[in-house]
Amino acid sequence: MKGKLRLNQADIDRAREAARVIAADVDQYISTRTTVAVERTVLRLLGIDGIDHEGVPLPNVIVEQLLTEGKISSGAAFWVIQAMLAHRLSAQEVAEKVARGELHLLQVPPLPHEEIQREGERLAREALDLIQARRREREEWIERIGEGRQPYLYVIVATGDIYEDVVQARTAARQGADIIAVIRSTGQSLLDYVPYGATREGFGGTFATQENFRIMRRALDEVGEEVGRYIRLCNYCSGLCMPEIAAMGALERLDVMLNDALYGILFRDINMQRTLIDQAFSRMINSYAGIIINTGEDNYLTTADAVEAAHTVTASQFINEQLALLSGLPPEQMGLGHAFEMNPDLEDGLLLEIAQAQLARELFPDAPLKYMPPTKHMTGNIFKGHVQDALFNLVSILTGQGIQLLGMMTEAMHTPHMHDRQLALESAQYIFNNGRRLGEELLFRPGGRIEQRATEVLKQAGDLLQQVCESGLFTALEQGVFADVKRSRVGGKGLRGVVEKEIDYYNPLEEELRRRLGLPEREGNGNECGLYQS
Amino acid sequence: MSVDFTRVKPYGDTMNDGVIQLSFTLPVPAGEEAREAARQLVAKMAIDEPQVYHMKDLGEGYTFFIVYGKCQVDVDYSRIQVPKVTSKVMDFYEINQFIREQIGRKLVVIGACTGTDAHTVGIDAIMNMKGYNGEYGLERYPEIEAYNLGSQIENEELISKALELQADVLLVSQVVTQKGVHVTNLTELVELLEAEGLRERFVLICGGPRIHHELALELGFDAGFGPGTLAPHVASYFVQEIARRERARMESRR
Repeated sequence: MKGKLRLNQADIDRAREAARVIAADVDQYISTRTTVAVERTVLRLLGIDGIDHEGVPLPNVIVEQLLTEGKISSGAAFWVIQAMLAHRLSAQEVAEKVARGELHLLQVPPLPHEEIQREGERLAREALDLIQARRREREEWIERIGEGRQPYLYVIVATGDIYEDVVQARTAARQGADIIAVIRSTGQSLLDYVPYGATREGFGGTFATQENFRIMRRALDEVGEEVGRYIRLCNYCSGLCMPEIAAMGALERLDVMLNDALYGILFRDINMQRTLIDQAFSRMINSYAGIIINTGEDNYLTTADAVEAAHTVTASQFINEQLALLSGLPPEQMGLGHAFEMNPDLEDGLLLEIAQAQLARELFPDAPLKYMPPTKHMTGNIFKGHVQDALFNLVSILTGQGIQLLGMMTEAMHTPHMHDRQLALESAQYIFNNGRRLGEELLFRPGGRIEQRATEVLKQAGDLLQQVCESGLFTALEQGVFADVKRSRVGGKGLRGVVEKEIDYYNPLEEELRRRLGLPEREGNGNECGLYQS
Repeated sequence: MSVDFTRVKPYGDTMNDGVIQLSFTLPVPAGEEAREAARQLVAKMAIDEPQVYHMKDLGEGYTFFIVYGKCQVDVDYSRIQVPKVTSKVMDFYEINQFIREQIGRKLVVIGACTGTDAHTVGIDAIMNMKGYNGEYGLERYPEIEAYNLGSQIENEELISKALELQADVLLVSQVVTQKGVHVTNLTELVELLEAEGLRERFVLICGGPRIHHELALELGFDAGFGPGTLAPHVASYFVQEIARRERARMESRR
């Protein structure tokens, strides 16, 4: 699509280049570190699942033990694979024995590194083949029964009970939803483990567990078959268990996952080092699984003003794009976030919304942009709220957004009731269908308000990125550049789980992922292939 | 047309026509039986002539209805009394001046979303420097030291922070709730404060879309604020309340 906003290419290049440097700087920093969550993810991908007699997930049992003994810095895979080989056990059997206290990973007779490496490579290939198979499965489904058109209609279910969620999700699918997001229980992002099994109680949402993923996936496949449309499933790989949940999502064929370290830092006070390391690995998994990530820039506007802070959203999208590229995530899987959050009392506010949405569209032409509905200015007047959501839908179809997170007239009142969702779907279907090619027909007046606004926001975003580039992302976050929230580099939750890698650090999954995603070895990091050198 | 305030009914387009609209979902499959079920249900609510204007199949055996009818009951408006926050609402400048002149020290205010609630929209609107809808938040008030603890704060943590910072006022926000968990959270805070003999030390205020002053009083808070509340509403209340308490303390000493 040829640009309608007549943006200055030099402005775009300047912003993108600054973001590239910012992301490279972060990547450099995190390349020498791992986290307990990354290590647990590796164990899950090696096939470890289940819980011990106290209900602690087995990946946690092992990683905790290695952390306490100061040995996690060599990578959990190293120890587990060594034990597997020495005792001719599966990863799961090793984990169970460790949990029962029948096996101590550090007391296994040492094996040659080459042997561990060979087995690690084999296991990694096996794990990734499994993920690849799930990805193919999705492609086959879509090929066979088709899918909805973009902007995808995205609705949430949030009952707290996975079985009740299934009922809500199936009705939503019948009413036209393309993506069902199961909202997580509010506390989950701060848990440093993933709950196990099917769950029927949560707060404001349902726990993300692998079993819950499975239950919902099956339900959506069934209803998708009936309605003749592949129904995508969305959940959250965010918070302290980011990469673990990414792996579970990949294994259970989730299609969309919220994944944004910046969101966790700003709004959940998760330590920035921890979550940026977690994010890099989780995005490799997302990428390989063909999962669309959703980023959380829209949330900035719930605390900061949407008119004044519009450029922070744009700047963050650029950073998220570059961080994603470093994890091998292609633009087609980047559901960069933004939102329709301007004060409805503003004269010409709609023009500003159009400018912002069109700007995002033109800056990231291949990304399935995730467009978030009004929330901050929803009042409990459901009738007005429905109109606000209608304008939001209109802007979306006009500017060609990718994923439309449908607004609910009862936003700010309660989690959606079944008919709230139906009315939202009905409105979006009406507007998208009725104005399907509006964007092809309308041009913006050259030099007019929309064009000027977009140009100005882009310039401000470029300035901000320049500033962040000079200070580095960590310092910028400490200064409160985004969402008016300040976070300390060593504050927040989860720092304890950050570990500097030893020279012999081994992560066969990351090596295989990098190979398959065509990612280069990180510069300045000989550790990555420590085993190869020995 | 004069209104009889002792017998008030909904108004559509004619006095006392009682017209009321309802929308709801029934767990029955769409069809004529479903329509009749909706009609009968509404008739049981003391609503005459229920008319099902819209019926929509939601799938999976659920059906949505929009129904109109004529309400047959009335209320005596003339006898209604609702407890309200009665303090005079002042603006940003008046509040700061009031603190300087009537209290003579800076007030410490702590805000938090407690329990599992992660939605800070409400507390941010009151606390954040920029405030909301053109009204500065408490962080901007020169005579107030405002601390926004953010979301998912345990009641115990809030109390220990309040003691550490020697807070005058605690603001508790509850936005998203499920199965009444906001009430549980709020009640627990009051119980904890009472158990430790700290209840009287703070002006205790709650707010959120489902909070109103009467509920707040029932739960043992000093005041409650619902949707649409801005920082000056809350601040006007607590500065006057603190001034009142300090006066009372002086008098009791005499």
